[in-house]
Amino acid sequence: MFGLDKKDTSLLALVAILTLAAPFILNPFPTNSGLAQFNAGYPDLMQRFVIFGIFAIGFNILFGLTGYLSFGHAAFLGIGSYSAVWMFKLLSMNIIPAIILSVLISGIFAVVIGYISLRRTGIYFSILTLAFAQMSFALAYSVLTPLTNGETGLQLTLEDPRVLGQSATADGSIPVTNLFGAEMRSSFDMVVGPWSFTFSVGYYVCAIAMLLAFYLAIRIFRSPFGMMLRAIKSNQTRMNYTGLNPKPYTLAAFVISGMYAGLAGGLLASMDPLAGAERMQWTASGEVVLMTILGGAGTLIGPVLGAGMIKYFENIFSKINDNVLHGWFSFMPDGLEDLVVTIIHPFVGKGWHLTLGIIFMLVVIFLPGGLVEGGQRIAKAFRGKKADDNKSASTEPAE
Amino acid sequence: MSKTNVTRRGVLKTGAVAGAGLALPTYLSAASHGGYTNAPTGDTVTLGFNVPQTGPYAEEGLDELRAFELAVQHLNGEGDGGMLNTFSSKALNGAGILGKKVNFVTGDTQTKSDAARASAKSMIEKDGAIMISGGSSSGVAVAVQGLCQEAGIIFMAGLTHSNDTTGKDKKANGFRHFFNAYMSAAALAPVLNKLYGSDRRAYHLTADYTWGWTQQESIQAATEAMGWETVNNVLTPLASTDFSSYIAPVLNSGADVLVLNHYGGNMVNSLTNAVQFGLREKQVNGKNFEIVVPLYSELMAKGAGQNIKGIVGSQNWDWKLENQMGSRYIGTNAFVKSFGEKYGFPPSQAAQTCYAQTLLYADAVTRAGSFNPCAVAEALEGFEFDGLGNGPTLYRADDHQCFKDVLVVRGAENPGNEFELVEIVEATPVEQVTYAPDHPMFAGGALGTCNPGA
Amino acid sequence: MDAFLLQTLNGLDKGSAYALIALGLTLIFGTLGVVNFAHGALFMIGAFCSVTLQRILNLSYETVDPSKTDFLGNPLKVKTPYVESWFGPETGGAIIEWSVPLAIIFAIPVMLAIGFSMERGLIKHFYKRPHADQILVTFGLAIVLQEIIKYYYGANPIQTPAPEALSGVAQLAEGIVYPVWRIVYFFFAIAIIGAVFAFLQFTTFGMVVRAGMADRETVGLLGIDIDKRFTLMFGLAASVAGLAGVMYGPINAPNYHMGMDFLVLSFVVVVVGGMGSLPGAVLAGFLLGILESFASMKEVITLIPGINQIIIYLVAIVILLTRPRGLMGRKGVME
Repeated sequence: MFGLDKKDTSLLALVAILTLAAPFILNPFPTNSGLAQFNAGYPDLMQRFVIFGIFAIGFNILFGLTGYLSFGHAAFLGIGSYSAVWMFKLLSMNIIPAIILSVLISGIFAVVIGYISLRRTGIYFSILTLAFAQMSFALAYSVLTPLTNGETGLQLTLEDPRVLGQSATADGSIPVTNLFGAEMRSSFDMVVGPWSFTFSVGYYVCAIAMLLAFYLAIRIFRSPFGMMLRAIKSNQTRMNYTGLNPKPYTLAAFVISGMYAGLAGGLLASMDPLAGAERMQWTASGEVVLMTILGGAGTLIGPVLGAGMIKYFENIFSKINDNVLHGWFSFMPDGLEDLVVTIIHPFVGKGWHLTLGIIFMLVVIFLPGGLVEGGQRIAKAFRGKKADDNKSASTEPAE
Repeated sequence: MSKTNVTRRGVLKTGAVAGAGLALPTYLSAASHGGYTNAPTGDTVTLGFNVPQTGPYAEEGLDELRAFELAVQHLNGEGDGGMLNTFSSKALNGAGILGKKVNFVTGDTQTKSDAARASAKSMIEKDGAIMISGGSSSGVAVAVQGLCQEAGIIFMAGLTHSNDTTGKDKKANGFRHFFNAYMSAAALAPVLNKLYGSDRRAYHLTADYTWGWTQQESIQAATEAMGWETVNNVLTPLASTDFSSYIAPVLNSGADVLVLNHYGGNMVNSLTNAVQFGLREKQVNGKNFEIVVPLYSELMAKGAGQNIKGIVGSQNWDWKLENQMGSRYIGTNAFVKSFGEKYGFPPSQAAQTCYAQTLLYADAVTRAGSFNPCAVAEALEGFEFDGLGNGPTLYRADDHQCFKDVLVVRGAENPGNEFELVEIVEATPVEQVTYAPDHPMFAGGALGTCNPGA
Repeated sequence: MDAFLLQTLNGLDKGSAYALIALGLTLIFGTLGVVNFAHGALFMIGAFCSVTLQRILNLSYETVDPSKTDFLGNPLKVKTPYVESWFGPETGGAIIEWSVPLAIIFAIPVMLAIGFSMERGLIKHFYKRPHADQILVTFGLAIVLQEIIKYYYGANPIQTPAPEALSGVAQLAEGIVYPVWRIVYFFFAIAIIGAVFAFLQFTTFGMVVRAGMADRETVGLLGIDIDKRFTLMFGLAASVAGLAGVMYGPINAPNYHMGMDFLVLSFVVVVVGGMGSLPGAVLAGFLLGILESFASMKEVITLIPGINQIIIYLVAIVILLTRPRGLMGRKGVME
């Protein structure tokens, strides 16, 4: 189906089902139970899951296939966001032109930065991309403030000269981003017994974008072009000697992944029209590297899993405070309760970084192929030895 | 030992018809029956406290969180009641807000606009928070204020000092209790004149982002108005850690005052470096060289250690205020007592502003008789109150900025105890720091109309 | 002219910190082939060694002084450090005042221990793993280390002042004064760098390590236990970073994220210097320090707004485009 073999079709179908049913899957606990703290099925986080999934899928096309480790990919995310917000300010609140522009502008930047950075390989390439991204961040935060609104981030105002559409709605508010009238932030709540599931328009727009991005990534992975990229990773010198110039291929991969980042940036801005400079800082670039390696570099589904995991910790664990802990363990006798809370306390709330750091270390020590390898091991344990020849979504360690 | 049992979206559960898969069209996951976002329907109401818990401002965020917890306790009638006893409005009685028990959720802003908005959104969408408060920088405050305006939630700003928060980025749903850069300048200038004379040459080092610029602009205008000359203004990158290359040129510039428009880690480092270069002992033009740090904070004073001695700056509030400046600042001691007894040290100005903001919100809801943001905003606009530690205060309707006395402080030379980092030089009366709503430094932007969401 | 000289001094001073961190990073790259993202954290831990020593020296007993009150109006508890009661206020006070130089002695065994256990317990298992895995595991370790420090010491900076005799300013020439401690830091850095080079150049151990850097396999084939030496090298690199951190304390108050602040910068320095080249790392450290200082002059900023924000990265790009392997990089190392 869709020009994919049976394996890939079933992978795509699986991802599609998981994404579309996410509002159910991510809200497994009744809203009033103590465990509801772990529910992730609210629009903003679900949107972030899929948007950063797109970002990581794109990054993986460059890193997973060619082995070029870009440390400045967040720049394209930021550029995409700024382009989208400017489009909202100047043209219309429809997200289509904004997203198209953000992909285009990011693509143009990727051509320039990629053309220069790809003159070097290995860590020299990484530092070149890092330098470009850090320069973008520093300038956006300070000197380019008229264009980026610096520290605060670019926001919509009531005085935006919107060509197609009004500056402010009749009741004096800023208009809402929409897709031909369907507002991104409108949502349905479905209440089933003690459960409550939220279906948001914005999420489904992002989800469809991610499925398309994922499908495209599969096609690239399985194409002759993808094969060429893998060849660059395994031995570039040999490629040179066979008379092939690897440069156009790597540049194409770089630009494609830059455009993926631009798409993610545009979607972020479409869901919440604000573009902050921090999106381009090296920590943001590092985050996508971590997402990809954590999930499993070079695999199709890995980066999405990694993105979900990091965003989950950032948004869920950071919100667990002592009050919540006391709520959970209130059934225990007082002394024991305090002890348990004291033990857990350093790992949640303000300590969520600590938990994330420990997870990074555990995953990379015990699961060299990332989360995907964990999944494969579990699957293997269920199926027994038979599945040996059946390597799904090929794990290839990144170099 | 269960204190406040946080239940998420308890509001929704009660509205739901059990068993049936009833779908309700909603806006930002709100219950639709209140006519506004996240209308509380059960016997509890949820407030969202969004503070930096990681990154350089984490310590300040934690102090804010302590104050919020204390405020919630007092609202629910636990503890000694703190400033509820001195607050001029007597609408609150310790039985929660409008009879609903107050719950709260917390989140981490990371001092990044993006993360702060994500955290605030999760409070609104997931936890059903009806009000968001907190924060420790202006960029975050402006970003979250914008979000709350769009979502139809009240935003009670925490520590934010930029003119823009209630200037060009003001919003109908946002309210600021903290003072701003203009007020700092207006309070500092006369004191500086009195201490150092009117014939001074100032050298500015300014953090290169929006807050730094507005503060530098304000201070320069106020000091030049009383006769000072501005020799130079150099912008320093936010990421700087070593300021030596910015401090060294000051030595031979002919300036005799250095103004450090820095905050947080920047301020600790630039001040430390300035003292290292011997600026505090230096003589220029036959005068003692002076350093001024326009915005002070206790935590930064603590971080700067010995370097802070004798250096002048401004503050929103200080825990010694009532003892030293008299009963005009009633409420201060009550708050310091309940905070100090609970945590073992006196509160910072960030804590006081967050505590006051929570009480002010709860009081406005009670007086309005509704959680509807538009009703709350109306109750807050033009509200005059006293007894929250800052003396008589006005929440101005035009820009949602509080007007109250501003403190000019100086790093303590001989601290009486380890918490006495600064000494109060003067409490500048509110008349002197008040400005017209259309003052050029605050121009552009509009409040817009209040948005109840839903 | 004065301004020029002052900025050169500033640059050398900044450069010493960059060079010391980059030196340690390169030692680990060059010998073990490991990308150590936790190196900044080691620098930070060094600085906190001196904070810890300061805390230990300030361990106090409390006496109640009824004549004074604390902030709640209760009688004030006066703290007297044990050191002062043991050695008398004179000597005790002096010991506390000299806690930063003393911390050097304290930090060396601590950093060696941390270095050894890090290499034996974690890094050893990553020699054969891809660089990406090394980055992920050391980055995770860096986060864990800094969060542990934050948990115990808080997020606020903690001052570790230099002793009275070494603070203050020195008159270098007519109209040129410079902080004494920064001069001390510069010479300290030179001494450490010199010691590391001498160690590698003139000892048999150093010779073997240098041979191992050039061709690990052959050295192994010669029957030399290279692993044990590499463990020692890791300890050495950790100590260099730690000492750089201890001495940096009086310049800027240590805080838990100072390692992350230096991390990216030090990688840029190492790469600009050229992968695997120790002299390159030192040279690039000083070069970038000096350029950064000059770029922050008002005259330069007015000419090119924002140049002080990006100078390091701009220089990195220019150098990497004109010299493919940085200033002195070797062929085939992490290319």
